[in-house]
Amino acid sequence: MEHYTMNLTLKVWRQKNKKEKGGFETYSVNDISSEMSFLEMIDVLNERLVREGKDPIAFDHDCREGICGMCSMYINGRPHGPWEGTTTCQLHMRAFKDGDTIVVEPWRANAFPVIKDLVVDRSSFDRIIQAGGYISVNTGNAVDANAIPIEKDKADTAFAAAACIGCGACVAACKNSSALLFVSAKISHLALLPQGGPERKTRVEAMVAQMDKEGFGSCTSTGACEAVCPKEISITNIARLNTEYGIAGLTSDK
Amino acid sequence: MGLTGIFLILFLVVHVCVNACIWAMDDGRMFNLAAHFLGSTVVPRVLEIGLFVGFIIHIVQAYVLELQNRRKRSVGYQVPMGNKGSKWYSRYMGWLGTFVLLFLVIHLKDFWVPSRFGEMQEVSYVPGVDVHDLYGLMRDTFAGHPLIVIIYLVGCISLAYHLMHGFQSAFRSLGVSNSRYVHLINGIGIGFAIIVPLAFAMMPISMYFGWVQ
Repeated sequence: MEHYTMNLTLKVWRQKNKKEKGGFETYSVNDISSEMSFLEMIDVLNERLVREGKDPIAFDHDCREGICGMCSMYINGRPHGPWEGTTTCQLHMRAFKDGDTIVVEPWRANAFPVIKDLVVDRSSFDRIIQAGGYISVNTGNAVDANAIPIEKDKADTAFAAAACIGCGACVAACKNSSALLFVSAKISHLALLPQGGPERKTRVEAMVAQMDKEGFGSCTSTGACEAVCPKEISITNIARLNTEYGIAGLTSDK
Repeated sequence: MGLTGIFLILFLVVHVCVNACIWAMDDGRMFNLAAHFLGSTVVPRVLEIGLFVGFIIHIVQAYVLELQNRRKRSVGYQVPMGNKGSKWYSRYMGWLGTFVLLFLVIHLKDFWVPSRFGEMQEVSYVPGVDVHDLYGLMRDTFAGHPLIVIIYLVGCISLAYHLMHGFQSAFRSLGVSNSRYVHLINGIGIGFAIIVPLAFAMMPISMYFGWVQ
């Protein structure tokens, strides 16, 4: 693809802290390379803001290779921007053209309060995992590969669910701010594997209860979560969670 | 929502099959007899109570969920997502359901209330058994009343889109995750959401244009 440079107008949400009311600020950025990532473009802008003695734009990022789940920008009306199956850090400026205006907002959900500018507090996801997204029964020492028979299809489906990086794009996209795609990916990942079997009932009940406690909305199956997920987690996981939850509700001891 | 939704879908199957009797071209005999059977036999009358309960649970739960969900995002987006990733009728189930509810009130007033509590014209096909002439009521309601026909068509279109989302969504709520069944259910859902409301819509149209005798 041919390299080109572009001049852009950015409308970015700025908010000093959790309590203050934020607003949009407009910035012009020039000579942006089409080969830059979106975050590198923000870096360029931030370097200029620092030089000018202004407060740089705060945003979450870590690995910048699409696997950590830290980046979280809602770009031009879509979490992680216009490309499918892509995190913001992997979104490149060739997705835009010279003269474009780009609106950048933080994830919007009461369960993800804005800390500063584009950074939101996603510790609610951590607390959902802490409620049951793990295996605490003794699974013994590391055994030889393939010592525990697992059907190939199941292993693949569990692996696809485990690809969830917990970025929260599903919540950001959902009209109800539901976290069910995230929770269902974690539930599916463990429910499909034999090691997850012993705690499957307590796990799903605890994780769903924590999800409700954190203030996420209910799923109404619009499918927006699946469409924006950078790891393309399937909405079928939500059906699997519903099965797990239904069985747990009917048969668990508590 | 899923359980009551599937229960109401089953009711639609019965309703559309009974109503389709108007096209028997026998001056409403088969339709009136079928309606009489439903209205005078104990099992359908008991099921009718269950139907009202199903409707009420479905409606109340839907409004409670909608209100709760709307409170989960206090600050909205400057640029809304719109149709990026979801269908408009999936996002507007609350509005579509409200249209269907308004239509239901009108529909109950037009047919259910007169047949239960009002003075209806009677016809007799079997000596000694008088049955309500619901076919006649249907003809009188729609023939020469274009506004009522349009209201019914809006109701049917709202129902079609409500089902287009609701059918497959109900099965997901119940936990159907088998990929073979998911594809089958999605296909049947689209077919059901088109065929059933279309059949309902053809009833006032047929009466209005006098296509049935």
